[in-house]
Amino acid sequence: MSELLERARTLLERAADGEQMEVYLSRGVETEVQAYQGGVENLSSSSSAEIGIRILIDGPQGARVGTAYAGSLDDEAIAEALENARDNAVFATEDEFVAFARPDGVAPVSLSLSDPTVSSTSMDDKVAMAIELEAMVRAGDSRIRQVDAANYSDYVSEAAIASTTGIVAAFDRSGSYLSVEVIASDGDEDQTGWGLSVGRAPGDLSIETAASDAIRRATRMLGAVKPGSSKGVAVFDPRTAATLWSIVGGALSGDAVVRGRSFFAGRLGEEVAASLVTLVDDPTDARHFSASAYDAEGLACRRNELITSGRLQQFVYDTVSGRRAGTSSTGNAVRGGVAGSPSAGCRALQVESGEYDQDEIFRRVGNGVFVESLTGVHSGVNPISGDFSVGITGLMIRDGVLAEPIREVTIASTLQRMLLDVLLVGNDVQWLPGTTAAQTIAVDNIALSGS
Amino acid sequence: MGAIILKDMPEALVPRDVVQRVLNESMGRGADFAEVFVEDRANASASLDQRRIQELSSGRSRGAGVRVVVGETTGFAHTTDLSESGLLTAATAAAAVARDGRAGVREVNLSDLRDYPSIADVSPSSVPKARKIELMMRADEIARSSADAISQVQVGLADSTRRFLVANSEGVFAADEQVRTRFAVSCVAVGDGGMQTGYRPLAATRGFEYLTTEAIEEAARGAANQAVTKLSARPAPSGDVPVVLAGGSGGILFHEACGHGLEADAIMKQASVYTGKVGQQVASPLVTLVDDGTMTGEWGYLAVDDEGRPGARNVLIENGILTDYMWDYLRARKEGRASSGNGRRQSYQHLPMVRMTNTYLLAGDSDADEIVAQTPRGVYVAQLGGGQVNTATGDFVFGATAAFMIENGRITTPLRDCNLIGNGPEILRRVDAVATDFSTTPGTCGKDGQQVAVGCGQATMRLSGITVGGTAS
Repeated sequence: MSELLERARTLLERAADGEQMEVYLSRGVETEVQAYQGGVENLSSSSSAEIGIRILIDGPQGARVGTAYAGSLDDEAIAEALENARDNAVFATEDEFVAFARPDGVAPVSLSLSDPTVSSTSMDDKVAMAIELEAMVRAGDSRIRQVDAANYSDYVSEAAIASTTGIVAAFDRSGSYLSVEVIASDGDEDQTGWGLSVGRAPGDLSIETAASDAIRRATRMLGAVKPGSSKGVAVFDPRTAATLWSIVGGALSGDAVVRGRSFFAGRLGEEVAASLVTLVDDPTDARHFSASAYDAEGLACRRNELITSGRLQQFVYDTVSGRRAGTSSTGNAVRGGVAGSPSAGCRALQVESGEYDQDEIFRRVGNGVFVESLTGVHSGVNPISGDFSVGITGLMIRDGVLAEPIREVTIASTLQRMLLDVLLVGNDVQWLPGTTAAQTIAVDNIALSGS
Repeated sequence: MGAIILKDMPEALVPRDVVQRVLNESMGRGADFAEVFVEDRANASASLDQRRIQELSSGRSRGAGVRVVVGETTGFAHTTDLSESGLLTAATAAAAVARDGRAGVREVNLSDLRDYPSIADVSPSSVPKARKIELMMRADEIARSSADAISQVQVGLADSTRRFLVANSEGVFAADEQVRTRFAVSCVAVGDGGMQTGYRPLAATRGFEYLTTEAIEEAARGAANQAVTKLSARPAPSGDVPVVLAGGSGGILFHEACGHGLEADAIMKQASVYTGKVGQQVASPLVTLVDDGTMTGEWGYLAVDDEGRPGARNVLIENGILTDYMWDYLRARKEGRASSGNGRRQSYQHLPMVRMTNTYLLAGDSDADEIVAQTPRGVYVAQLGGGQVNTATGDFVFGATAAFMIENGRITTPLRDCNLIGNGPEILRRVDAVATDFSTTPGTCGKDGQQVAVGCGQATMRLSGITVGGTAS
C-alpha cells in the first residue's frame, strides 16, 4: 500500500460516531523551464501536498456534507480542515440523494501512468530541451520574428482516496510537455502559432514536432484576410475538434442533466447527432493522457458509450448525480483537485474514427473554412441553451485544398445543430493533453461572420 | 485607502530576522535580486442549487515562494514549510540558477515594515454561516418569484482573506491583508424555444458589509429577468454593425482590445501590437484609459501589489494618445524605471507578472439615451461575459450575454448569446461616443494559467462598427 493511502486510512480513525468521512490526499513535484534568447528565463521546481476532507451526517430527510481542504499535510492544517468540514456539514440542507461512493464491485484496470524517468532526468537535460526547442524554431524559418515562450514542464503526482464507506484507492501519474509560442512576420504584419508535444516522460517528447507545428501554424497565417460573411462547411483540426467534443461532453454530465442545465436533458434514446457519431468516454484506454484506473471518488473507471451512431445512449454520473437520476455512478466523478467536491464529468472522451485523412476531408468538402484556433470559447458558448459563437483563425478551403488564411472572423451555430450537421470524421486521431482526444471533423451549416 | 502603520514586529507570518537571513542566503551565490513572498489564505464558499444548500467549503493554504534573479534568469521555488530551514531550502532551490558557485551570504538591509491593514469592516470569518445561508435563500426566493419561467436557480457565495508578507533584496518589506467577497446568481428559464440563462455577479475587495440584502435582491432579480428576456431572443446578426455598449461590463472591451497589449512583459518581447507606440495616437480622442489599483473596494483594488509596490493610478491612453505601459518589478528594472504597481500573482506558488488592476475608460459628455437614439440600426450590448485577445496580432473577442437590436434609435428585440470580434488598434479608433453614466464590473482575468481579480469600467459608449458573430444575415 502506498504511504499516502496508509496515511489516508489512518486519518479515517478520526471519524466520530454517526458521521462518514472521506479523505483525499495528493502530493506532487513539478518542474518548469522557460527558455528565451538562448538562455533560461525562468526555472521553477516545487513540490506540494494537499488534503481534502468531506464529512457526511445522516438525518431524517437525508444526508448533509461539509467540505474543507488545506494546502499542506501538517497536523495543525489537517485538524483545522477536519473541524471545518464537520462544522460545514451542519449547515447543508438534508438531501436524500447525497451519499459517499461505496465499492460497486467493478475492478479497476491496471495502468502504468507514472514514468520514473521524469524524476531521474537531470535538470540540465530538461533545460537543454527547452533551449533546443527555442533554437530549432528560430532556425526553422526566416519569417519567425520572435519565440515568446519555449517551455519544458513536467510533473509527478500521486493521490489516495479512502472513506469510511469502504473506498480505498491510490493512483499516480506523470506528464512531460514541450510547448512553444511563436510570432511570424512578413514585414507588414505578425501572426502567431503554437506547437506542443506531450508524453508521460521526457523520452516521449519530440522537439521537432512541437517546433514544426508552431512554425507551420504561424507562417501559413501570414497574409490573412478578413473574409465576407457566408454560411457553409467548417472543418475543425484535431485541436479545435477536441474543444468542441469537450463542450459536448460537459453537456453529457449527469450533474448538468439532473439539474436541468443541459440541452441533452430528457433526450435519452433520441437521435441527437449524425449517424456517423459514436462518442465514447474510456479512461481505461492508456493512450489517453487523462487515462485513470480510478475516478475522483475512488471507484473504478470504465468504458461508457454515450452516443451510439447518433443516438443518445447514456449520461455520465458520479455517485450523487447517479442516485438523483435513479441509477448509479458510471465511474465518472471528477474534481478540481482536493478542494473541489466530486461532480460528474467525462474523463477520456473520443469520437470513433472515420476513414479519411485530413487532405481527403478537404477534397470531399470542396469549399469551406478550415478552423485552426478558437477564441472566446468561455464567453461565446452556452452549454445550456446550446448557443455557439466563437472567434477563429484558419484558412479557406477552395476546390478541395487549403487557400488563403483568414482572421478576425467568428463562426456560429448551435451545439444541437452542429452535432446533427457532422459530415465527416477523420482517421487522424491526436492524443492531446486534457480529457479529449480528437480527429479532424467537418460540420455543415456554420455561419461565418466577417466584413 | 487605510492609513499605513509603520511597525517593526507585527504578528508577522514569518519573523523579520528569518526573512532577512533567507534573503541573505538567496543573494549569496551572486544573485542580482531576491524576494520572499509569504502568504496565508483562508477561503470559504457556499453554494445553493435546486433550493438546497449543497455545500459549504473551507480552505486554508499557507506557504512561501522564493524568487532569485541572476542576469536574465529567474529561479523560483515554493514551500509550505514556513520554518527557517524550510524557507532556506526553498531559497537554495531558487538560487540554483546562480551557477557561478560563489558561496557565502550577502547582507540585505530591510526597511521598516509597511503594513497595510485590511479595509474590510466586517471580516467574513466573523459572519455566522447561518447569515450567509439566509442571504442565499433570499436570492433564490427572489429569483424564483420573479417569473414562472425560471426553472433553475444557483447561488454562490465566496470570500477570501489573504494575508501576505513580501520582502526583497532592495529592502522592500511590506505586508497586506486583502479581503474579497463575492456573490453570484445564475438562473435558467425554460420557454417554447428551449432554455436560456441569466447571470449577475457581485464582487468587491471588501468585507461582508458589501453584501447588503438590497444588493443581493437586485442581483437575483437581474439574473432572472435576463434569462426570461432571452427566451424571446432571436439569432444575433452577423457582420460589421454599429454597437452600443452599456456602462459597466463594456469595460471588458478595453481590457482585451488594449489592456493586455499594454502589459510590459508583452511589450518587452515585442509580442504586442502596441510595442513602440508611446506618444502615438492609438485610439479615438474620446478614449482616456486608466488602470487604477487605488479604487478603494473595487474587485481589482490593492493597497500594495504582490511585489510590495503600492497600488497606483496609471494613465495608459490620454485623449487617444498612448502614454505608458503597465510594469512589474522585473520588467521595470530592465528599463531603469519604477514599477507601476502592477506586479501580481495568483498565490505564493506563482511567479509575479504584469497584471491589470481596475482598468477603465474615463466618462465622456454624451447622454447615454442620446447615443442609442442617434443609432439608426445596431446592436445594444447590456452585459458582456468575458473575452480573449491575441496581443501579437491585436485580434480580440468578447462575448455578449445580454444584447438587443437597436432599430430606428430604439432598443428592441433581445438577441441570443454571441461573440464580437475585432482588432484592438482598429476598434479603439472607432469609439465615436462616450456617455457620462460610468460604472464598473468585476471579472477574473486569466493569463499564463494564473487567475487574478480585476475590475473593468466605462460609461455607455458606441463603436461605429465591429463584427458581430451571430447567425442571422
